[in-house]
Amino acid sequence: MTKKAVKDSLEESLKRLEEIVGILEGGEIPLEESLDLFEEGILLSKNCSEKLKKAELRIQKLVKNLDGQFELHEFYDKEEEDE
Amino acid sequence: MVAEEHILTVSELTHQIKFSLETKFPRVLVKGEISNFKLHTSGHMYFTLKDEGAQISAVLWRSKIPYLSCTPSDGMKVVARGALTLYPPRGAYQIDVEQLQPLGLGELQMMFDRLKRKLAAEGLFDAEHKKQIPRYPERIGVITAETGAAIHDIINILSRRNPAVELIVVPVRVQGIGAADEIAQAIKDCNEYGKIDVLIVGRGGGSLEDLWAFNEEKVARAIYESKIPIISAVGHEIDFSIADFVADLRAPTPSAAAELVVRNRTDIIADIQNFCYTMENEIEAQIENLKSRLQHAVMSYSFNKPRNILRETMQRHDELERALLRSISQVYERVDRKFEGCVKQLEALHPANVLHRGYAIVRKSGKAVSSKKQLKQNDMTEIQFHDGAVDARIEGHLK
Repeated sequence: MTKKAVKDSLEESLKRLEEIVGILEGGEIPLEESLDLFEEGILLSKNCSEKLKKAELRIQKLVKNLDGQFELHEFYDKEEEDE
Repeated sequence: MVAEEHILTVSELTHQIKFSLETKFPRVLVKGEISNFKLHTSGHMYFTLKDEGAQISAVLWRSKIPYLSCTPSDGMKVVARGALTLYPPRGAYQIDVEQLQPLGLGELQMMFDRLKRKLAAEGLFDAEHKKQIPRYPERIGVITAETGAAIHDIINILSRRNPAVELIVVPVRVQGIGAADEIAQAIKDCNEYGKIDVLIVGRGGGSLEDLWAFNEEKVARAIYESKIPIISAVGHEIDFSIADFVADLRAPTPSAAAELVVRNRTDIIADIQNFCYTMENEIEAQIENLKSRLQHAVMSYSFNKPRNILRETMQRHDELERALLRSISQVYERVDRKFEGCVKQLEALHPANVLHRGYAIVRKSGKAVSSKKQLKQNDMTEIQFHDGAVDARIEGHLK
């Protein structure tokens, strides 16, 4: 069975994880497949937890430069500075 | 007599008036009712603003028309923003209008309802066009003023709920001339940029006029055409904007949008743990189930039947083996007895035994002689007795 555990987005990963839990709860597949799914699910959950670890909100500002290209600049919450 | 230096020409006076008027009123907000509205072939608009006691001429240059937030018509009550100017050839002053806002709830409400009906008829609010808001966005775009309560509240709430996301702010003016254009452009820019999972478009509370940009058609169309799902967040709970109807999800306030857009990180982590727990349980249950089915099968009569047959067969095998061994030993005994008999017979036939009984063997040239015809006179022979041999010469004649 091919491993599909590596997903780019949290959205896809969690969707797949829910799907796996659903299939396992359905309980109508052979043990071999269940174990493959279980392994995939555990990998996904590790990836997701990893992604959720970040401690500080990253804030950037989308700016279109003169060539019409997009750039991300640091954003400062001005009200924060006033407080 | 009046000193000559104090006498002005009409032009000089007019220019002095023009100078003082235009420096005194470079930017005015004036409310009144539109009358004598004319759209000139040049593309410029001319009209009069009036109230019960006065009136003032107004001009709206063609270049400003695309940025108007309403289309002027006779009888409409508006707030005009602009500068006073004086036109010397006619000695008339006028207001050079920059922007027109419909005045009063009645007027705004009428425009609001008209646009709402139009866009609804076009299907811009249809439920089947609403895009699914991602449940776990990682990059969240916010189109709002760079400073102000809205962005500040959103940052606070996201930091608290789920700092693992990225926030991409697209600063725009949210009210006044050009605000609607900036908002619409920002939505298009975000789509062109692409790396955004969901957009929040909005601003904090204000008067109906302040929120008006979100009731403009260009903003509504930009929201409708966006490929990125959009959450509208305009003003307070009670404010409904056209943007709210077109958006894929309406949040009552910017803070509420931030609450809606991300789930609490601790909740997501708890969900993931629950998923793992459920998976483990399911696997264990499946293995338990298989084990008990196996157990059940092992205990069953039909499973044990072959084993019983096997046991019987083995027993029978053992018996047969014993029987076979018995038969074989009997055969061996018989064979042994026969063999012994043969040996005795063979022994009886041995020449040595014959010699003992008085017979002798005559050999000539090593070969036994069994006939007189093999011998002639003077032949040398050997006579073998049981206890040795002697040489002998044939002397006599053959009889």
